[in-house]
Amino acid sequence: MSTRLSKGGRLIDRSASQEFSFNGKKLRGLKGDSLAAALLANDQMLLGRSFKYHRPRGIVAAGPEEPNAIVGLGRDGRFEPNQRVTTTELFDGLEAASQNHWPSLEFDVGVINNSLARFLPGGFYYKTFMWPRAAWKHLFEPIIRRSAGLGKAPTARDADRYEHTYSFCDVLILGGGIAGLQAALVAGASGARVMLLEQAAHWGGRAPVDGDVIEGAPADVWINNAVQTLAALENVTMKLRTMGAGVYDHGYVLAEEKVADTTPGDGRPKKRLWRIRAKQIVTATGAIERPLSFAGNDIPGVMLAGSVREYVVNYAVSPGDRTVVVTNNDDAYRTAIALVQAGLSVPCIIDARSTVTGDLPAKARAMGIRVEAGKAIAKVKGGKRVTGVSLCAQAGQGAVLEEISCDAVAMSGGWSPVVHLWSHCGGKLIWDKTHAHFRPDAARPPTGADGLAMVVPVGNANGMMTAADALVCGAKGGAAAAQAAGFSAEAKAAVADAAPEADMEAVWIMPQGAGDALKAKMWLDYQNDVKVSDVQLAAREGYTSVEHTKRYTTLGMATDQGKLSNINGLAVLADALHEEIPQVGTTTFRPPYAPVTLGALAGESRGDIFQPLRKTPMHAWHEKNHAYFEPVGLWRRPYTFPRPGENHEQAVHREVINTRTNLGLLDASTLGKIVVKGPDAGRFLDMLYTGVMSTLPVGKCRYGLMCNEQGFLSDDGVVARIDEDTWLCHTTSGGADRIHAWMEDWLQCEWWDWQVYTANVTEQLAQVAVVGPNARKVLEKLGGMDVSKETLPFMQWADGTLGGFPARVYRISFSGELSYEVAVPASMGLAFWEALHAAGAEFGAMPYGTEALHIMRAEKGFIMIGDETDGTIIPQDLNLGWAISKKKADYLGKRGQERNYLASPDRWKLAGFETLDGSVIQDGAYIPSAGKNANGQGNTQGRVTSTYHSPTLKKGIAMGLIKGGLDRIGDVVEFTTITGGTVKAKVVDPVFYDKDGEKNNV
Amino acid sequence: MSDAVNARIVSPLGQAAFDGFAKVREVGPLGMISLRAKADVPGLAEAIMAVVGTPVPAVRQIETAGERAAGWMSPDEYLLIMPYGETDAALVKIAAALKGQHHLAVTLSDARAVFRIEGARADQVLAKLSPVDFATMGATELRRTRAAQVAAAFWRDGDGFMLVCFRSVAGYVMGLLSHSAAPGSELD
Repeated sequence: MSTRLSKGGRLIDRSASQEFSFNGKKLRGLKGDSLAAALLANDQMLLGRSFKYHRPRGIVAAGPEEPNAIVGLGRDGRFEPNQRVTTTELFDGLEAASQNHWPSLEFDVGVINNSLARFLPGGFYYKTFMWPRAAWKHLFEPIIRRSAGLGKAPTARDADRYEHTYSFCDVLILGGGIAGLQAALVAGASGARVMLLEQAAHWGGRAPVDGDVIEGAPADVWINNAVQTLAALENVTMKLRTMGAGVYDHGYVLAEEKVADTTPGDGRPKKRLWRIRAKQIVTATGAIERPLSFAGNDIPGVMLAGSVREYVVNYAVSPGDRTVVVTNNDDAYRTAIALVQAGLSVPCIIDARSTVTGDLPAKARAMGIRVEAGKAIAKVKGGKRVTGVSLCAQAGQGAVLEEISCDAVAMSGGWSPVVHLWSHCGGKLIWDKTHAHFRPDAARPPTGADGLAMVVPVGNANGMMTAADALVCGAKGGAAAAQAAGFSAEAKAAVADAAPEADMEAVWIMPQGAGDALKAKMWLDYQNDVKVSDVQLAAREGYTSVEHTKRYTTLGMATDQGKLSNINGLAVLADALHEEIPQVGTTTFRPPYAPVTLGALAGESRGDIFQPLRKTPMHAWHEKNHAYFEPVGLWRRPYTFPRPGENHEQAVHREVINTRTNLGLLDASTLGKIVVKGPDAGRFLDMLYTGVMSTLPVGKCRYGLMCNEQGFLSDDGVVARIDEDTWLCHTTSGGADRIHAWMEDWLQCEWWDWQVYTANVTEQLAQVAVVGPNARKVLEKLGGMDVSKETLPFMQWADGTLGGFPARVYRISFSGELSYEVAVPASMGLAFWEALHAAGAEFGAMPYGTEALHIMRAEKGFIMIGDETDGTIIPQDLNLGWAISKKKADYLGKRGQERNYLASPDRWKLAGFETLDGSVIQDGAYIPSAGKNANGQGNTQGRVTSTYHSPTLKKGIAMGLIKGGLDRIGDVVEFTTITGGTVKAKVVDPVFYDKDGEKNNV
Repeated sequence: MSDAVNARIVSPLGQAAFDGFAKVREVGPLGMISLRAKADVPGLAEAIMAVVGTPVPAVRQIETAGERAAGWMSPDEYLLIMPYGETDAALVKIAAALKGQHHLAVTLSDARAVFRIEGARADQVLAKLSPVDFATMGATELRRTRAAQVAAAFWRDGDGFMLVCFRSVAGYVMGLLSHSAAPGSELD
């Protein structure tokens, strides 16, 4: 059984007991424990079930590489699925629950898949669910979806807060083990701005666990000194619990800081995403131990040797009383020695190497530990827990020589440098035969904007596998990074005692000649249940690319992203393909290094500040008056102002009728307003608009259309001539920023020698449309300027004051009614709006929203950008030829419109439509025509673009595009309906209301 | 303008404030003119001096004279800051100084919201929202950047920063600044 030892544990505080729960069971751990250590101390080895076969799963590792021991943490608003117990710090009140089992962890019905394993080989999904086609939708997909994924998605809103932070430095060091600390000391001494990040809660990494001796003292001493030295340097920033997640172009790095994981609800951000721009990046990310592939290597109790050692040394937790060590290298002997020194039993070290001669084995033998050279594990015995191993010869097929009883197995297949962050932005790898691992190729680094290396790998992460080498490498890397960032640095390294190790021997299958039965129990990917036999099958079936094999077998596609399985898997693949490992290569390393919570990525962007909401100066009034809002770009505009008892449709109809008979007030502040000024402004606007703006007299307004270079209609609005060299261009609400950028683009990039300046004054002004037969009366009541027909006729503007407000009044109409648009400074917008309502009460003033606006413009046959246009419509399609100058030599879009497809008389053109029965044509309806097209689809001859019930005319009205356009007036056509039928409609003039403009001409 | 009209002038958020590890206050209204002119236009220095009493600001700098200031916004754009009521008179002065020269001057006081972020850790509030290196940002530097998803500009002002953004997103920016200044979320 796993248990807490009575002595030792460098990270725990035995005086501080902490209570936590696992699957509702109350357990106790110690301050400083990882959740994994606390669970093991309570003999909780079984923690979950594998994905496919629901096999029992226990802790394998002690760091972020853990594939098995993932749990759901917390509850309700603080529930987090798929959290690794190995990287979770224990705290009082922690709640954890296992995943992927039903009905219970101990008894799981899904385990039946296990006995069907031979029917669920690699590629099973691809093979099985191909046929029949209908079964996919109704049978296979629902089952797969129900069984997919390990953790449950949270259902409650996240109760925590998150944030981002930008940071800058010269040298960013990822990893605070001895190599990272050494690099930081060197770079820090150079005066460079250094940032040192460590994913764990402690500095120093594995060196103290490995018993390294630095400068003649245990590693802990040197680590503490280094940390103190660095903390005293003002140019060095150090962050624990902060994981470098990804390296991107130009020295950009994302890192996730755990701020309040162990203090939920204390008000601090749970996590913080650091967005760092570094001149140079040092990856001191260490190495990950590889499992060995022997039968039953997934049974709980089989762990990585280095991790076993870590639990003993750091947490005084023993995974078992009797631990068999199985290895292909010297490092695992440290585990055996540590276990024996802790008073535990190591019945045997099984070493696959035929001769074992190193210093560490000698020490183990001297301690009386039995060492079996040239041997292998034929099979691990046990179900939910290891009970023993069968010994065999590594060179053979697995004939059992001896049974050894034990309750834990510590395995080591060698160490792989963590090359992920080196690789994210293009760093290449080379195969190191001595250590049988890939390590960074210094000749092919990721490069920055200057084409030079921007990442320097150091320590284990660079394949420097001893403390002495790691420190030298760290110092050199720190100096190189500081120098590349423009500082002078001296690569002075601390000296570690040499601890020579004999060469390891690459062992990818144990025993070497294992048959199919054994290989089907050799796990490569523990979480996704990919075994040696699956990869070999994939190779036989023709999956020769490692990227294809990965996807076919799902090797390395689980939440651990193959940190343990990757190298073993591709070695097995290489063997099956009779190729060398470097020829097979690795899969692609992509960020993040380990999962980053979505909350951290979202940062502050949630709730009220999920997205900027643009508000006009009158927004609060609209809210108070029960406006129903609709999004227009990032604005929220009132769609309608429903009164008690009204539905939206009734409210909109009331607003239309009231505006046409009394007085309607519209908040038009969102309308784009761009000032264009300069000696060449007229010429510039003549190029931008299809019409002529240069000839517009001062004081007058003109409607204009803008097209893109292809000729398609892009925006429209009224232009006012302010003075001799100044114009004010109104744009659509959603188009203001786009059109302003469009103007600047042309002025800065194409016509840079034209003397024109623009300014976007949209938000400087609040604008109110005062509309209806009583519009003039209310303005006259406010008083201050002459707004009579004679002084301010249609399509003119004037400056003055209204009710004491400085105002610019435009006599323009988008409704067909007598209408003024009044602009006042935004800071007075609300006061002016309220003054209009107060003064207008006696004239029947009511606010109206965007839907009433739409209906009234449609009744008048006015087009709307975004309804009548969709990026494929030219002005000529909308019968707007009158707004296109025939005299001008050029305007943006002119040449595009001359292309034969756009000039074709067959293009669909705008017309009005009225159903014969008065009903409303459905949005999106098409007008079918006879026959079928080449794809067997029904032909069409037009479509509706705007369709409403007109409360004024008390019937359905619509605009649409139809082949033949206005020439078709009088024809009766059919529009499709959503239910499959059609509705008959007559083609009519699109101006339904007051065609002669008498309402406006007052 | 009469007092009655002046009383109608409101800042976007009515001087909202938030006290976190730094103080966030909506200030204003503040007089702001956008002046577009090339740096070598005759009369530019005179125009800026006449209106705000400062020299022409160098690239990415802001020149301050009491409650007036001139900031460099782009190679042909300056931000002139002054008391709110002075912009109309300032436009007249600019027009006189730049008479006959190609330029554009418009009042944008109301197009913007203005915030002050105060306290020893004011830079941390902004560091969470803007990709700006505060360790290298100069004492008289004006940064045009973004605050999370919207455009913003800020400069150092006493023991804190002045920040301007568009009026329509004042509430969003107040939300951002408050979130970032929340007690307990200090970066050191």
